[in-house]
Amino acid sequence: MSPTGSICWTEPPVFTSLMHTSCCTMKILTFFSLFSTLLSANSINLEENAGQFFSSGHTNNWAVLVCTSRFWFNYRHVANTLSVYRSVKRLGIPDSHIVLMLADDMACNHRNPKPATVFSHKNMELNVYGDDVEVDYRGYEVTVENFLRVLTGRLPTSTPRSKRLLSDDRSNILIYLTGHGGNGFLKFQDSEEISNVELADAFEQMWQKRRYNELLFIIDTCQGASMYERFYSPNLMALASSQVGEDSLSHQPDLAIGVHLMDRYTFYLLEFLEDIHPASKANMNDLFKVCPKSQCVSTPGHRTDLFLRDPGSALITDFFGSVRKVEITMETINLTDPIKEAEQNPMNEKPQKVTYSYVDQLPVSEIIHQKPKQKDWHPPDGFILGLWTLILLVFFKTYGIKHLKHIF
Amino acid sequence: MATTEVERKRGQRAALSIAAVVIMVGVPLWWRTTETYRAWLPFSQINELANMQLQLSADVEVVFARGTVTPEQQKKVPLTQTEDEEHTVAEDTALRYRYEIRYRTATIMEEDALDQPTAAEADLSLHTLSESPCGSLVVYVIPESSSLLPEDVDVYIGQRRTGLLRIGTQMRVGRTLEQLLAHLEPRIKQVLQVMSFSHTDITAALSDRVRLSPGNKESIADSMRAFKSSPGYEITFSLLNPDPKSHRLHWDIEGAVQTYIQPLLTKLAPVANFSLDSQTLYYAMLGVNPRFDSSSSAYTLNSDSLAHVINPVEARLGSNAASSNPVLNFLLYVPDAHHSPLYIHDNKKQQVASNAFHSPRWGGIMVYNVNGLYRPEAVLPVDININMAKVMGVFLAQLRLLLGVQSSTAPPGFLMAPCGSTGLADWELDRLMWSRSVENVAKATTTITSLAQLLDQIGNIVINDNIAEQVSNAVTSLQLAVAELEAGNLGFALQYSKEAIMASERAFFDPSLLHLLYFPDDQKFAIYIPLFLPMCVPILLSLLKIVSEARQKRREKQAKKD
Repeated sequence: MSPTGSICWTEPPVFTSLMHTSCCTMKILTFFSLFSTLLSANSINLEENAGQFFSSGHTNNWAVLVCTSRFWFNYRHVANTLSVYRSVKRLGIPDSHIVLMLADDMACNHRNPKPATVFSHKNMELNVYGDDVEVDYRGYEVTVENFLRVLTGRLPTSTPRSKRLLSDDRSNILIYLTGHGGNGFLKFQDSEEISNVELADAFEQMWQKRRYNELLFIIDTCQGASMYERFYSPNLMALASSQVGEDSLSHQPDLAIGVHLMDRYTFYLLEFLEDIHPASKANMNDLFKVCPKSQCVSTPGHRTDLFLRDPGSALITDFFGSVRKVEITMETINLTDPIKEAEQNPMNEKPQKVTYSYVDQLPVSEIIHQKPKQKDWHPPDGFILGLWTLILLVFFKTYGIKHLKHIF
Repeated sequence: MATTEVERKRGQRAALSIAAVVIMVGVPLWWRTTETYRAWLPFSQINELANMQLQLSADVEVVFARGTVTPEQQKKVPLTQTEDEEHTVAEDTALRYRYEIRYRTATIMEEDALDQPTAAEADLSLHTLSESPCGSLVVYVIPESSSLLPEDVDVYIGQRRTGLLRIGTQMRVGRTLEQLLAHLEPRIKQVLQVMSFSHTDITAALSDRVRLSPGNKESIADSMRAFKSSPGYEITFSLLNPDPKSHRLHWDIEGAVQTYIQPLLTKLAPVANFSLDSQTLYYAMLGVNPRFDSSSSAYTLNSDSLAHVINPVEARLGSNAASSNPVLNFLLYVPDAHHSPLYIHDNKKQQVASNAFHSPRWGGIMVYNVNGLYRPEAVLPVDININMAKVMGVFLAQLRLLLGVQSSTAPPGFLMAPCGSTGLADWELDRLMWSRSVENVAKATTTITSLAQLLDQIGNIVINDNIAEQVSNAVTSLQLAVAELEAGNLGFALQYSKEAIMASERAFFDPSLLHLLYFPDDQKFAIYIPLFLPMCVPILLSLLKIVSEARQKRREKQAKKD
């Protein structure tokens, strides 16, 4: 068998032209030495570029973008998430590899003066909603449970492919969370919270099942740095918009819409990302410099001790974009058989007719004739106990304290 | 006075009975109702499996043809040797390779078969004679003077499970059987490395379990390129027609798949299930503008722009919503009339013969030029029938690469037969089955071990009966798979390993195992104090009062005595 396909990498034109001139000169000795140095330099350069191919070790990219707040005044969180979604799509990650979770619908909110739009810049310059936004989890589906299920993969079997994170051991995943948070927790939907310990455990389970190659975690909430304090799995890099004890602030209100449109950290992050194109070589160290204290008022933090590579060697497009590795197909198989004619089914054999029908959406007959369900017995909870205690005390107070005296 | 005494006694008895009820009935009731249901799991067996000692056994039959052994050596020849190789890959993973080599002399029919003019024909007639079972090999040792193999070739590897080995020159005169066997042993080992399993392949299959430092770049590329073992794969063939106004394309995809691809997939059926579909996409452009190269008067795509071709197209490719199996996409792109012909150039600016490229763990794209098939003044749109044999030849090669069938370069002096009509030689299938079995066993072991560790650590997760059943099934299947690998039954080993993987994945990814019961200590206090404090404080105080009264009475009694 001939060797496997060659791996393509960019060869800078300088070296090839020099090699051509070297072949055509007359002074053999000097150019022999030049040739040999060029060869070694060329091979070093090839090695470097081949090293680039292998340095990241990932073959596909995924993104999980979550907005955890509802209500109209949290417009900016939805705008944050949609802006990151837009950048990530622009840099190449397809919708099938993005899990977008938005806890509330701002574009079709009754209070939105410009329906079907979500703006991220004041004066309504940029509509990040557009017409090709694919929201996978919306509204009340954005819960801590669903988020952890997506991360760990423990979804019910009926979940469609678009709602799953189907990553493998060669996937780089970007996780972006935004909303209201505190020291060690992030609030979901105003009713529940996810703690940093749960998040760290979820990442550890992902690591045990090798569901990621490298993971970049970005969080834009108040006291965001507390969320990555407890991570302990390898190959995680984390960025947060503020340290513990600091609040992340919002950027600018729009007077026509009436709410703040973006948060500061994400606003400057997006300005930075707008300069990145799919072939860009900017690395993570540039990302850490985004939004210094003078612009952000809070101090952004990052954590790289669990990341095995040097952050300077990790490209932005390793996480935000989706640059595919390609190899040229060097060999083919010589097929000589002609295409077989498809066998004609004998006409007398009638195909079995399978009748399909819709599943009962609402089993009315079952509901009407339903017996009340047997509930499991629970011991009385605190409210009932407190109520009984109160009743007992009142009883003893009314009917004489002396009965009570013997007990107390 | 007596009534107060009676009342006091009654009060004491009431307090004591309440305390008794609380302690005897209340505490066990609270404990039982707040504990989580955890079915029994075979933790000890799982710990045993975690320390993985795999033994891979391969059977080799070495047949001496006429002219390789002297007649008196022939009498001694029917003998069996067993070779063991031990490797310790990591502290909890050890491998042992056992080769059972049986030597015998060739039968008359085999000699006739070896008399054929070329190696390929000899190979064909040899495997009409006998069928070797899965995982075993037959190596025919032919004399040095034999004309079956060309000059510089020492080993010929056939399409099934046979190989022809030419004896070396130094083994011609006056050698004993022991010398002959000693000479043959390393060469047979080399053949085994190519046709059966090699240490690099097996350690690559264990990459989930053991994070090895990267070896040479080729092995990394190999491991990144092929899909990981999965119970099923989906293959999608897409025809991209950006210019329907000029080209009306017809491709007989059903017939082509049936003739060219299906035999390969049928042969791979023990390894995985495959589902196939196809689609045609109109007005689907590549994301890159090709450059016009005046020297060849054709449009070119050079290698560094290929990486950006896939993403814009991928957004338009659908996938089957019902399954979560990995998808292999094969795209056939017919360039539009204004950008024809379109050629792919490699990094040396040479045209690529296949005009195709593939992406690791994704699929392949082939560019099919049709401008030569019609005259420039033809009436548009032109009907074009695509030559499916050529297209499928490329796709089949890419499919082999992506499934991990392609092996690394053959050692010098080896000649491989071209793969047959199915596109897969039997020994290649065996190789794939070895590495898949080992990969499945390693992955299932890791899954089960980490699941057991997880359930052990987090005491609050509910373990239902169905999870316990899946875990037990997985453990049983794993033990059977390891036993079958030891015995050398490759087919059964692969089947058990697949069952083990399915059971362990089902257990690990069961939706009920979500750990949402994390309570920090301060939250636990906050829940229980309002419940129990109002109840326990009166009881405790009354008990204390009883105890102090009893002590006081005893002191009075003492004082009275004195």
